[in-house]
Amino acid sequence: MTFQCPHPDRESGSFSRRDFVRLCTMAAAAIGLGPAAAERFVEAAERGAKPSVIWLQFQECTGCTESLLRTSHPAVDDLILDLISLDYHETLFAAAGHQAEAALRQAMRANAGKYVCVVEGAIPTKENGIYCMIGGRTALDILKDVGGQAGAVIAIGSCASWGGVPSADPNPTGAVGAHEILKGKTVVNIPGCPANPYNFLGTVLQYATYGTLPALDSDNRPKFAYGQTIHEHCPRRAHFDAGRFAERYGDEGHRNGYCLYKLGCKGPVTHANCSVQHFGEVDGAWPIGLGHPCFGCTEQRIAFRVPLHTTVDIERPMPPDTYAPIHATQGRVSPVATGVAGLIVGGLAGAGYVASKKLSNDQPPATAPGDAAAVGKAEA
Amino acid sequence: MGITRRAALQTMLAAGATAAGTRPADAAVLPAPPADAVGLLYDATLCIGCKTCTVACRDANGLEPDTAGSPDRLYNAPLDLSARAKTVIKLYADGPVRSYVKAQCMHCVDPACASACMLGALKKRQFGIVTYDPDLCIGCRYCEVGCPFGVPKFEFAKAAPRIVKCELCKERLASGKEPACTEVCPRKAVIYGTRTELLQEAKRRLAESPGRYVPKVYGETDGGGTQVLYLSHVPFEKLGLPALGDEPAPQLARSIQHAVYRGFAAPAALYAVLGLVMMRNRRSAGAAAPQGGADDDAR
Amino acid sequence: MTTRAEPIGGPLVTPATRGLAVLFGLAALTILWRLVAGLGATTALNDGYPLGLWIAFDVVTGAALATGGYVIGILVYILNKGRYHDLLRPALLTSALGYTLAGIGVTLDVGRWWAIWKVPVYFWNWNFNSALLEVALCIMAYVVVLWLRLAPALLQPATRGGNERLRRAAARFTSLVERATIPMVALGLLLATMHQSSLGTLMLLAGSRLHPLWRTPLLPLLFLISCVAMGFAVVVFESVLSSVAFRKRPELDMLASLAGIIAPLQLVFVVLRLGDLWWRGSLGLLFAGGGRSAVAAIEFAVFLAPVVMLASPSSRRDLGALFRAAMVMMFAGALYRFDTYLVAFMPGAQWSYFPSVAELTITTGLVAFEVLAYIVIVKTFPILAAEPRVERQAA
Repeated sequence: MTFQCPHPDRESGSFSRRDFVRLCTMAAAAIGLGPAAAERFVEAAERGAKPSVIWLQFQECTGCTESLLRTSHPAVDDLILDLISLDYHETLFAAAGHQAEAALRQAMRANAGKYVCVVEGAIPTKENGIYCMIGGRTALDILKDVGGQAGAVIAIGSCASWGGVPSADPNPTGAVGAHEILKGKTVVNIPGCPANPYNFLGTVLQYATYGTLPALDSDNRPKFAYGQTIHEHCPRRAHFDAGRFAERYGDEGHRNGYCLYKLGCKGPVTHANCSVQHFGEVDGAWPIGLGHPCFGCTEQRIAFRVPLHTTVDIERPMPPDTYAPIHATQGRVSPVATGVAGLIVGGLAGAGYVASKKLSNDQPPATAPGDAAAVGKAEA
Repeated sequence: MGITRRAALQTMLAAGATAAGTRPADAAVLPAPPADAVGLLYDATLCIGCKTCTVACRDANGLEPDTAGSPDRLYNAPLDLSARAKTVIKLYADGPVRSYVKAQCMHCVDPACASACMLGALKKRQFGIVTYDPDLCIGCRYCEVGCPFGVPKFEFAKAAPRIVKCELCKERLASGKEPACTEVCPRKAVIYGTRTELLQEAKRRLAESPGRYVPKVYGETDGGGTQVLYLSHVPFEKLGLPALGDEPAPQLARSIQHAVYRGFAAPAALYAVLGLVMMRNRRSAGAAAPQGGADDDAR
Repeated sequence: MTTRAEPIGGPLVTPATRGLAVLFGLAALTILWRLVAGLGATTALNDGYPLGLWIAFDVVTGAALATGGYVIGILVYILNKGRYHDLLRPALLTSALGYTLAGIGVTLDVGRWWAIWKVPVYFWNWNFNSALLEVALCIMAYVVVLWLRLAPALLQPATRGGNERLRRAAARFTSLVERATIPMVALGLLLATMHQSSLGTLMLLAGSRLHPLWRTPLLPLLFLISCVAMGFAVVVFESVLSSVAFRKRPELDMLASLAGIIAPLQLVFVVLRLGDLWWRGSLGLLFAGGGRSAVAAIEFAVFLAPVVMLASPSSRRDLGALFRAAMVMMFAGALYRFDTYLVAFMPGAQWSYFPSVAELTITTGLVAFEVLAYIVIVKTFPILAAEPRVERQAA
């Protein structure tokens, strides 16, 4: 497999040090680092200290690799030729079969404890993992072997992060994410379906340059990419705050680009940076930008579990675009209670009146005051 | 009707004791705010209604969202101060005339709520802030009756309810910070300081830009003075700030209570009178005819 | 003091008591619900109307309807009208039950009811500016005094019972209470005067949020006058009911003279109130139209009605007329209190309140319990004066 790189210097065939420095600057910028990082890239590359990367592929669609192929900052060929040493990749390798397996074993021996193991795809665990076998070995064994001796493990895509599509109910193969197999080892998860390639690139470049991993959240996802929800950075947020929604595909709200919450957008509960880092290097190439609600592909509890058009709760509701009036009507008078109260009061009043009438009728004729005194004295 | 008139008059002797000492409140001698009184100055002409203050207040106080004004429950949209909203931004709109107003506890110089509270759960404590101690509260809600601004709110929805109201972020003040709302306001529409400073600043603004404001600092003397002051370009009643005189809100009820019970003199006197009358009656009953009592007059 | 009181006797389980027990049973279940689920779930109370049916009726009106002991106490002990002595115990019982139930009502109404014991105990926190504190302390003390005053009657079966130790203890306690009659009665009269008037002072705290037709510094005095009239009315009402229910001859003379006291009190009340309205320039509001004006006008009408109803001497000796006038008077006092606490309160037009079904159920059940307790106690203990039973003749 050869690549036609659009890089102008490549076309002319020459590749100067200046070109290389420019490449490193682009790479550093892509992950938000400054010129100092670019210098470090250059130094590391000139030292020949390109980290070895072993890329494993299991129950996956290769979408994450494809996604990575569609980057240009840096271009993937620059990446794999100049910045890292891609020592094993089943899709990108020219070799196959025994030659490929030999390359894998050799890379592992040469860089034991130092290579970066990238996992793409879920790992089936039912029946000892026979549902994915490569070269006669189960994915389970391969991962334990290769991942166990890696310096760093990165799980790219939701499948490798938590099981992804293969793990959707009823999960017939027992598919799980890489971290469930490699317990005790820090597995950096880059979920997404596909993962945003720049999230992966940023992590790998940091490791390649500084030997460190980016700050991770409680699910071991880099905070620089997964620290906030889509909802918090969505370009359509103003429409949400103002209560402007698309109610159906193709209606006026939809055509006006209004918020897709009511169509089931999972943005409020999905941690990812798709809203600021689009796909395919095309501005607006991401689900909401194309008019389809986010389906939460990075989140294990949401993707392939909660139906596409089911709305979700807002975790931290923020003030809307509307305002409370000076005096807002509150409190409610229950008609049932009014009726009950009326019955009670009316009943008591009526009963009292009737009783009083009866008392007047029943009593002996009114006696003169003198008689009453006499009666009173007789009692004493 | 001889008996009845006399009996009525004699009965009212006791009643009269309670009313005798009642005097109408003296013309307002304004209560003095504490020397270290702090407060807020809210300038409605600067406020842009961004509601960041309400978000910061919610976070600083750990309040749950109040979705009362959001039918889909999508938004944190209080309609008014509530058990989940210690401050709220309201909008007054009448044609082209619009103004935002930030509502919260006014931290009155002489608060009705503190006067009402039986055990002093609500009390004016350090810096003149009216704070709430749930350990002394029995949830009688008499404070809600007294407050002319309708500030204290009750957690009716809870089985163990409390009164909820702004306490000027007293914990933040203790560690040298500002209240949350004033810290985040992007226009400094609401600012924090000592009452003296704030009053000075308010008057300075009135003097500097007279056409911009209604020429009054609301809270300077209203209801006896409050520690939260307002400047506005629309009449204050339109913003929900009631037209109160200078008399502190609890003055009338309190002056009646004090007039009657001052030094417990009137009750003690009444007790003595009742006791003496009864003893005299018993003595004369012992000397007079057997049981049946002394009918004073024949009908 | 000797007394002619005797237990009425008779079966405790009757259709009436069964019906009352059912009502109370419903209330008891609702009370459980209220305690578990909180006020928001069971009542219609809100921040605009923080005081509702349980305060306006159970506590304020309930306390006013329980002034029988107070007014008869004044008549017997202060004004030395011994002929009313037989009315004393039943009046005390009604008062004791009424105030106890007011106490239960207020305990259910406050949101943090488990802390209510702190009010009398945390004396170092007492806020003497608060009229409510004074009302609370007075009522708590008054309930104790009332039940102590009733103790001789309630302990009487024990003083004749089989257990020797119990008999002696009961006799000792009874004599102790009887010897303390004067200080206790004086205390009771004082406490009642204090809190009945302060129940009026309470709403003055609302200041400008109390409608001018009710907002006056005379509120404590007006509450006191109306509660005294209500006390007489309750005694008449309860006395007539008792004599009918237990088939005794009504003490028409006493009732007639009691009724004769009510009329001037009503007049004084009306005159004071009208005069006060005129003095503050609010008289015109009566005719201003609108709900509150109409309600105030009705108030004056029902306060004056008993005066008219009892104007003629013959009507004062007509049991039915007495009964009706007493009911109207009780209603007038109750209406005045409802109005002062609920109708006159102006939190803003955006607020509305009407008691919920649960509130109504609990109130009705508590009143039913009071009546039930009255019947049971009157049949078991010497409360009502003994009299030969009289067969009532058909007209």
